[in-house]
Amino acid sequence: MEHATHQIAVSPEITFQHEPAPNTKRIWKTFWILLILTVAELALGLSHYAFHLEGWILLFLKGGMIILSLCKAIYIVSIFMHLGDEVRNLKLTILVPLLLFIWFILAFLWDGVSYRNLRNKFNVPAPTEQAAPHDAQKPGTLN
Amino acid sequence: MSTHIPAGYKWWAGGKSPYNVSYGKLMMWIFLLSDTFTFGALLISYGTIRVSHNYWPDPNHVFNTFPLMGDANLPLAFVSLMTFILIMSSVTMVLAVHEGHKRNKKGVAKWLLWTILGGFLFLGCQAWEWTHLITHTHPVLIDGQIQEIGATIKQNHFGPIVPGLFHNGHQVTLPGPVGFGNSFFGITGFHGFHVSIGVFLNILMYIWTVNGRFARLGHYEMVEKIGLYWHFVDLVWVFVFLCFYLI
Repeated sequence: MEHATHQIAVSPEITFQHEPAPNTKRIWKTFWILLILTVAELALGLSHYAFHLEGWILLFLKGGMIILSLCKAIYIVSIFMHLGDEVRNLKLTILVPLLLFIWFILAFLWDGVSYRNLRNKFNVPAPTEQAAPHDAQKPGTLN
Repeated sequence: MSTHIPAGYKWWAGGKSPYNVSYGKLMMWIFLLSDTFTFGALLISYGTIRVSHNYWPDPNHVFNTFPLMGDANLPLAFVSLMTFILIMSSVTMVLAVHEGHKRNKKGVAKWLLWTILGGFLFLGCQAWEWTHLITHTHPVLIDGQIQEIGATIKQNHFGPIVPGLFHNGHQVTLPGPVGFGNSFFGITGFHGFHVSIGVFLNILMYIWTVNGRFARLGHYEMVEKIGLYWHFVDLVWVFVFLCFYLI
């Protein structure tokens, strides 16, 4: 409790006061990391436009962009929102429910793919799909 | 920030909060968790609609314009600027929170003003982007007739091209998937709504800082709570950027 004594207690729920950071070094370091990650994402995004990538390479590229975005999210939550400095109980209370997203994303994308398969099997082609199969429009041809 | 907690400290022994944060801050975290699921549901429904179509517009073609650059093809340039503005405003917000820890009224006010400016700049960019998408028309083949349409929640011109068909020198396309406009305007609109609320709250924080309310109170915890919300808005943009502009 000795740390609470030289500061005004913000609220009675706080048993151990947070020590303010001595300088802004960590904030600026995080800013540069976020900027570099964003530039890397853009490079990946533009590369599949410039080189007309398809198939597995494109999927790999998109996976890379997703991983980079998750890294950015971790830095924002941990450093900017100071979740990394909170006690373990609070961290787990916020982070564990996010595991639901694993089911959420898998189940709904699966459903979407199944919808597409049913559409292709039973539907007359929709007006947007009559002109060409989906790979007929190469990137860079639409003005 | 760092906290010194004795090893093996019994958080659940009663008589104290096991979370070691104020009630208000804990509730802000719980609210942000629920908002995460709101945005998550919107983005996942977008994903579901997208994978259920054989054709989907390429973001490098949809988002390739820049203010005052006319028809120059600049894929992702404008949205990169918007992303940079939002990251920058997140940095200025965390600097305001940092000054709040040191109880430096002038510092908090200064960085809050920069954050508010960043928020307005972002909203301005979004307004321009929406206006451009809605009012910039392109020839589209609908029911055998060529019509000039912009992108709205009802229709858009981002469908596959009709080979060899031109109208006033412009390539004619088929209508794009309606779900594209729905999701884009719905989700970026909902995000912009969050940014607007954030700007409003930051202005309130600025007024309360300048008139000495927090100085009298002895702490700037309210700025921290609004800071959490502002960083969350930035966090959501990371995923909106990923889902709409990159993938």
